[in-house]
Amino acid sequence: MSQVTIPTAKLTRKDFMSDQEVRWCPGCGDYSILAQMQKVLPELAIDRAKLVFISGIGCASRFPYYMNTYGFHTIHGRAPAIATGLKISRPELDVWVVTGDGDGLSIGGNHLIHALRRNIDIKILLFNNRIYGLTKGQYSPTSELGKVTKSTPFGSLDYPLSPVEIALGAEATFVARSVDVEIKHLQDTLKRAHEHTGSAFIEILQNCNVFNDGAWEPITNRATKADHQLILEHGKPLIFGKNNEKGIRLGKDMNPEIVNLGDGVDASELLVHDETNPGMAYILSRLGPQFPTPIGVFRTVKRMSYDEGANAQIETAKKRLGPGDLEAILNRGDTWVVK
Amino acid sequence: MSTHAEAPPQPKVPKRLEELDEVVIRFAGDSGDGMQLAGMQFTNETAVAGTDLATLPDFPAEIRAPAGTLFGVSGFQVNFSSHDIFTPGDQPDVLVMMNPAALKVNLRDLKPGGSIIADTAEFTEPNLKKAGYASNPLEDGSLAKYQVFPVNITQMTLRALEGLNLNTKVATRCKNFYALGLTSWLFTRPIEPTVRWIESRFKKTPELVEANARALKAGYHFGETAEMFAVQYEVKPARLSPGKYRNITGNTATALGFIAAAERAGVPLFLGSYPITPASDILHEIAGYKNFNVYTFQAEDEIAAVGAALGAAYGGAIGICTTSGPGMLLKQEMINLAVVAELPLIIADVQRAGPSTGMPTKTEQADLLMAIYGRASESPVVVLAPATPGDCFFMAFEAVRIATKYMVPVVFLSDGYLGNGAEPWRIPQVSELPKVEIHFRTSPEGFQPYMRDPETLARPWVRPGTPGLEHRIGGLAKEDVTGHVSYDALNNEKMVRLRAEKVARVAMDIPPTAIRGDRSGKLLVVGWGSTYGAIVEAVERLRGQGKSISHVHLRHLNPLPPDLKDIVRGFERVLVPELNMGQLLKIMRAEYLVDAIGMNKIQGQPFKVGELMDRMQELVEA
Repeated sequence: MSQVTIPTAKLTRKDFMSDQEVRWCPGCGDYSILAQMQKVLPELAIDRAKLVFISGIGCASRFPYYMNTYGFHTIHGRAPAIATGLKISRPELDVWVVTGDGDGLSIGGNHLIHALRRNIDIKILLFNNRIYGLTKGQYSPTSELGKVTKSTPFGSLDYPLSPVEIALGAEATFVARSVDVEIKHLQDTLKRAHEHTGSAFIEILQNCNVFNDGAWEPITNRATKADHQLILEHGKPLIFGKNNEKGIRLGKDMNPEIVNLGDGVDASELLVHDETNPGMAYILSRLGPQFPTPIGVFRTVKRMSYDEGANAQIETAKKRLGPGDLEAILNRGDTWVVK
Repeated sequence: MSTHAEAPPQPKVPKRLEELDEVVIRFAGDSGDGMQLAGMQFTNETAVAGTDLATLPDFPAEIRAPAGTLFGVSGFQVNFSSHDIFTPGDQPDVLVMMNPAALKVNLRDLKPGGSIIADTAEFTEPNLKKAGYASNPLEDGSLAKYQVFPVNITQMTLRALEGLNLNTKVATRCKNFYALGLTSWLFTRPIEPTVRWIESRFKKTPELVEANARALKAGYHFGETAEMFAVQYEVKPARLSPGKYRNITGNTATALGFIAAAERAGVPLFLGSYPITPASDILHEIAGYKNFNVYTFQAEDEIAAVGAALGAAYGGAIGICTTSGPGMLLKQEMINLAVVAELPLIIADVQRAGPSTGMPTKTEQADLLMAIYGRASESPVVVLAPATPGDCFFMAFEAVRIATKYMVPVVFLSDGYLGNGAEPWRIPQVSELPKVEIHFRTSPEGFQPYMRDPETLARPWVRPGTPGLEHRIGGLAKEDVTGHVSYDALNNEKMVRLRAEKVARVAMDIPPTAIRGDRSGKLLVVGWGSTYGAIVEAVERLRGQGKSISHVHLRHLNPLPPDLKDIVRGFERVLVPELNMGQLLKIMRAEYLVDAIGMNKIQGQPFKVGELMDRMQELVEA
């Protein structure tokens, strides 16, 4: 708003910070996500004017106000729909959607799955803190069963859903998971999402220190995370543990199982991650609670994006029918002249 | 007698040609009988013949209701005349009836002494029973006061198609064209436009071109040769104002209006839509014009449809969406955002009878208050309403012009009767169309997202991608000028008033209100939307009898024309006929403190001229 300089030199993190004071609670995981985004963007050498952040409603959705780019803070759950119209008609723009577990999976679940299945070339960041923050602490669609909150004093009765599974089920062409405090991993994941053409979906495990502190505790705690994170790398075996001593292989019943390497088990028996294999993504998305939480890119495949197709159709129509002739379509069909 | 198309024999009896001034025909049959198609093709034939016309398609919501049932009857009424006409007619002169159920449903409307052409093949015992007839009305003398033409349309169609190797089911389906051919002969309408239509419609299946064209011609020649038709009727061309004409429905005109406006603006058109009766045809029409830089997006729901349109408008396209009442109410949330974001967004609501799913294929005007008021908080938008099918073109165009000039959402209120109804339309020259001037802000010099044009109060339209103008907008309360989030009390009131004032200033763009009749007198009739034709006809007839009645028809519903207040004051009484419970009436009473009287009909059907005349007469004589 007040910054009107047209950048010529290489941009820095500061160029992406707006003049608005950030108003998340102190200690919120959102600060880190915002910082990583602002750090990554200069490296991607994107024209800042072409960046658009679109959000819905919720704590996460304040994100656009803090980015010195184009931004549109819209309606609860509807950001993917608005981003879709923008990206189709302005394919040259770099459109990001910022949403949360309530915004994206509860009120906006329908728009999210349809944006993903259409493979619109937008990047969707879903901040998952398993709670409603902005409305002060009701359970969300990712809250665990039996969650005691203000609206569920006797415990919640609905089973949670998994954002990654929803994205895979909707056939998203890029599906990843990262963590607010895993700075390097989050930066790399944002970069990879940006490189992808088509819908890119990142679930970012994020801590709400006011209403749901420690929701991702074992995954984020330095002391426990090695046993609770399964870092996914394309072409690498599924290994985890402090000393990389544990692995995952397919058992005899075709179910994954945890094995200790060295106990007569060779690394060659382990499952090897393949980002292009839908079966692998499915297995990883459905690992039970006894398994570590996979972090990284579950799936990335190439497929025509909707906006690409929509614009190609226009070009094809122009070639086949010639450029639009208003006179001709007004006079279409049977006509007669009155003198 | 032969029914073969190729070699029509000469008529055995000389036919008399009788001239008529105006004829109303209603085609009706099962919803699968192709009566809408027959009606539309007849309309096109009569349009090409140069008569004035108006149509009323009236069909059930069921795609293929059980055959022979009363609720499955689908009808299409067309009124054509050698003089100006404004409505599809109150009472048909002719019924073309494909089965007993159609006759049962439609007979009560037929003029005394009117004609009935009926397909005798369908007047079987089971069909008569389904329609609730104890005996065959074609034979039991109950139709004595009408002129009945019993014709075995089904059998004659099959005979005409002999040798084409079609199975009976497919061949029987051609009977609507046989009935159309016969009716075309009876009223001397040219069948060539229909032959051309058949050729283009079925070009991928030559056997169907042959079959339908043969059935059409066979029906035509049957009229020529059969002794029962002694008289052929002619309706001379109407003296319409000079120009080139085509027949057009409201939905097609709406589609063309949007395309024309975007084309004149030099900006891509983006239509976000979700299929809904009776608006879907606009989506279908526009989807065929991709070569005009037109995007059509069939969304996952009504909300996403308008969301995508708003996203496109944010990106600098003409963002429109098309819907009907039940969809309109889902869009209000997004329109609410567009009000605060001050982006141009056009919503076409082709109203239908409700509430809820209601009667999807029937017409109504009951979304007016929802369009003007039905959103959270103070959320002013511009509301326009076309008066006739052809007027849909100009009002759609006007909606785009106003939305982009004032950076404001505009609701375009059509309805089922306008959308599906047709009339001859004088095709405008492209050069006659007003300019749609669009200015995207590109200069960073002194830029603020909510700075305003001093005349229109519009804020600048900035396309994302413009260097140096990066900024954020959203649904949270905006600080004046900067657009920063602000919870300041006085600022909020200022912004609410600014947005209201912006909409109020659209009144500067409304041309002086046209009055049919004198500027003062006993009765002023104020209408809006699709009631135009019926009101004009009623007012003209009563004025012809010397009654002191005038008529004003509003096309701008919010804001209202600035001169309306004075006009209203010039009359002893004001009547507001509407197809709702009195919505414009409420607004008129509130705005002008006038003791206006409502006339309301909520039957899913347009007003009849007769009922309007009765009420007007009462009021003018009281």
